[in-house]
Amino acid sequence: MRLSEHKYNSISAITGQLVFVENLIEAKIGEMAVIISPDKRYIEAEILEINNNTALLQVYGSTQGLDIKHTKVILQDSLKEIPLSREMLGRKFNGSFNPIDDLPMFFSGNWRQITGYPINPSARANPSEFIETGVSAIDGMNTLVKGQKLPIFSCAGLPSKELVTLILRNVRLSKNEKEFAVIFTALGITHNEYSYYIKALEKMQADYMAIINFADDPVMERLLAPRIALSAAEYLAFEENMDVLTIITDMSNYCEALREISTAREELQGRRGYPGYMYSDLAFLYERAGRIQNIEGSLTLLPVLTMPEDDITHPIPDLTGYITEGQIVLSREMHSNDIFPPIDVLPCLSRLMQKGIGEGQTRKEHRQISNRLYRHYAQGREHRKLEAIVGRDGMSEKDRLYLDFAFTFEKEFINQGMNSRGIDQTLDLALELMNRFNLD
Amino acid sequence: MKGSIVKICGPTVHTDLQGLRLYERVTVKKLTGEVVRLHSKGAVIQVYEDTRGLGIGDEVESLDIPLSVTLGPGMLSSIYDGLQRPLETLQEKTGPFIKTVDVTEVFEIFKFDKPFEFIPNKNIGDTITKGEILGKIKEGNFYHYIYSSKDIDSKIKSIITENITQDTSLITFENGETIKAYQSWPVRIPRPFKKKISTYEPLITGQRNIDFLFSLAKGGTAIIPGGFGTGKTILEQSIAKFADVDIVIYVGCGERGNEMAELLEEFRELKDQKTNKPLLERTVLVVNTSNMPVAAREASIFTAVTIAEYYRDNGYDVLLLADSISRWAEALREISTSLEEMPGEEGYPTYLVSRLAAYTERAGVTDCINGLSGSLTMILSVSPPGGDFTEPVTQALLRNTGVFLMLDTGLAHRRHFPAINWFQSYSLYQENLDDFFCEHFSNNWKTIRNRCREILKKEETLREVAEIVGISGMQDSDRLLLQTAEKIRTKFLAQNAYSEDAYSHPNETIKIIENILNEHEKILEKLTQGLSLNEAFKEKRANDLKTEKAGENKDETK
Ligand SMILES: Nc1ncnc2c1ncn2[C@@H]1O[C@H](COP(=O)(O)OP(=O)(O)O)[C@@H](O)[C@H]1O
Ligand SMILES: [Mg+2]
Repeated sequence: MRLSEHKYNSISAITGQLVFVENLIEAKIGEMAVIISPDKRYIEAEILEINNNTALLQVYGSTQGLDIKHTKVILQDSLKEIPLSREMLGRKFNGSFNPIDDLPMFFSGNWRQITGYPINPSARANPSEFIETGVSAIDGMNTLVKGQKLPIFSCAGLPSKELVTLILRNVRLSKNEKEFAVIFTALGITHNEYSYYIKALEKMQADYMAIINFADDPVMERLLAPRIALSAAEYLAFEENMDVLTIITDMSNYCEALREISTAREELQGRRGYPGYMYSDLAFLYERAGRIQNIEGSLTLLPVLTMPEDDITHPIPDLTGYITEGQIVLSREMHSNDIFPPIDVLPCLSRLMQKGIGEGQTRKEHRQISNRLYRHYAQGREHRKLEAIVGRDGMSEKDRLYLDFAFTFEKEFINQGMNSRGIDQTLDLALELMNRFNLD
Repeated sequence: MKGSIVKICGPTVHTDLQGLRLYERVTVKKLTGEVVRLHSKGAVIQVYEDTRGLGIGDEVESLDIPLSVTLGPGMLSSIYDGLQRPLETLQEKTGPFIKTVDVTEVFEIFKFDKPFEFIPNKNIGDTITKGEILGKIKEGNFYHYIYSSKDIDSKIKSIITENITQDTSLITFENGETIKAYQSWPVRIPRPFKKKISTYEPLITGQRNIDFLFSLAKGGTAIIPGGFGTGKTILEQSIAKFADVDIVIYVGCGERGNEMAELLEEFRELKDQKTNKPLLERTVLVVNTSNMPVAAREASIFTAVTIAEYYRDNGYDVLLLADSISRWAEALREISTSLEEMPGEEGYPTYLVSRLAAYTERAGVTDCINGLSGSLTMILSVSPPGGDFTEPVTQALLRNTGVFLMLDTGLAHRRHFPAINWFQSYSLYQENLDDFFCEHFSNNWKTIRNRCREILKKEETLREVAEIVGISGMQDSDRLLLQTAEKIRTKFLAQNAYSEDAYSHPNETIKIIENILNEHEKILEKLTQGLSLNEAFKEKRANDLKTEKAGENKDETK
């Protein structure tokens, strides 16, 4: 602890979200600071880099109106921490964890660093409990389990928020009494989208907490919001033993903010201008999901991202896919064929599915049903390409059957509108479809 | 020697401390670091832990030793972090989350149920020579051989055989020199050996694709590049389970924590086919997941390979699996960037290629200093950004590896696993291994493989034809070939890791493919006799039924 307040008015440069302060007596990496603008605004900042007695600070609020002469910087002598308590539930906060629901901030003696600590791999428990999302393409073919991190890869303009709503409607995570909460995190959403989501959250029969960064809020708060959300989620899951579902939308906005800061720091750019450390940075967030031995609670993570130019090889979806335990991929083509949810199951994956299905969880034949669906549908899709070249008439009867199966599978199995389906309903439908076409 | 921090940038700190040596281990305000660059005014240190909370003026202290691991009995079934700290012990100290621990904390690196015993070959009064085996210590199913790496010109004064610990001097000589069971070795320096030898013996993996099409030699290197979700991890783990080796070192480098927890759990339960002991007892895990400090990730693969070399030196066949080497390269890049080095391709430092080459060079079959011979085989997964194989890490590794197993996103999407592309992948060891396969498993190994390749190749051409004329417009023999190729793909090349089929003994492997090809030949013969494809199949089915019946009758009479 420092005995006196360290206050400086020795700013040497300001560029975008970055501020350089000189002549520091003492400073630590990650240390928080408050910047006081000439018009007496208090803005949070964090030390990113120190060189001799100069520090580079990243500012979390708007830097507009800052100047070199009058702006002051107070170093806080602590890393970014937030208070945590059950009282967070039912509340709405902004990206700096200030309430935006006109209620006073809650009090708590529990303060935690927002960056968290890595879970010791040897302390992890295997996520293996089935979660019913009510979505056939997920439950039947890419099953989600408690403690998994499973992102939704969307494209601009596709109904990802409707899909999230459909999931929220059904998902309770546990059949038993265990407490369940949703932590909803929005990065750069419009006020319209906000009211849409809040309506869906209100309708849910569960507690929730919302962290909202609007499109017109400071961009840098997009870097804080997911960390705050995950700290809250970790607290509820691993200290209060709750089943927590964390939704973060849209992670692409997070990555943009990361790129912005990196560019301002004149760092070496990686692919498409994103920093080389983006993989590690995202991993620090996503790896916070999971389960821990001898702890009841679970932290399930459902991030939503938009693939720039619908391109799955773009660094944002690419690095995400390398970290997460699968992905649910939306397709523009499905959407234009009026399929909802417009999920293309071929590039989808749930890496933890094997553990969450089968006897005792869903149904003994679940794996086999899913494998067969995949095989037939993939075959049908192959034939669709062939059809485009040789035409339907040039194909054998069997091939045409596959074509029809793929079509019907999309129309009847994937397409379900806003109606949730139970897992039995999903699996029965799959069996009925395959019997109808008699493909095996 | 002490100095202080003058600059902090990402995972590296600059110090004004002079007189340090390159790759020397230092402490930075109680955290571990390693010197990566020297200049006239001080040094740059890569810090193996979270640098948040470090500040200017914090103390930097020289430890005067290089970054090293301690080697000896009790490493098997351990799970270490990139600096050889046992994660299970760390958990006891800091709970389920990893928090920074003071460098002064002592960790018990080695595991044992009961104290190790030394079984000496020598007696008091004996003299010894360099490399001569002086005795052994048993760990599970394995022996650690004790020898001196230099000549000692003195007689043995005393020998201790019980309660062996890290500090025990097993043998003490009259001149005061001692030999211990445990030794420290700098991770960046390959352990010495007498010579590398080129023997050609396959490393049987139980994966049909590898054993049959792209075989791996003991002491060789293989890479598995593939986009996300193409099956790199599952393939590495399957090989770790079934490979015909003595010891497995598995490095989880910058990947998921859950995968490590799962591996640990599975390996505790699954039994080694040879010894019927839990697989974990032949395994060492080195784990630095994606959310653990980046600099320690960089060190993890060196920690692992040093442990692997140590078991090799004890005369064992060791397999090192790393998942994924790309995450190591990224850690290297991150450190290089923070040092403001001149970037090469895609921001990687220009020494990426030589570092990787030096690393894979640590594989091989060797005659060790102690007269034993062992092997170290490497299988490294690669995670190319965007699934683009032209990127620097894949390309750098291609120059130095013997087996290239290219995972194909298209195959993975169709759920064809392992998604190994049978056209692009290759093995440079193949020709030298064929004799072994022919001798031990089937005389026809090579001919059958060539035939199999031919059919897959032909399939590709025929598919293009089919796209123009349609299947119905094709000749019967071509349609037969397409069917056979499909069988090869779905019944032979595909191998589900979650089923009984996860392991396939070479005898079984050759039988499956032989059957498929035999059937192909039989039907082809019928076609040349003038039957149509349908007729030929019908006739064959009838024949099959007959032989089945005959078989059943035989059983009944028994
Ligand atoms: N040999 C296999 N058998 C069955 N499924 C497999 C096999 N290999 C991969 N898979 C499937 O593919 C998924 C992704 O595999 P994984 O090894 O985790 O990919 P990567 O490490 O390349 O990202 C697994 O979760 C599993 O569903
Ligand atoms: Mg993997």
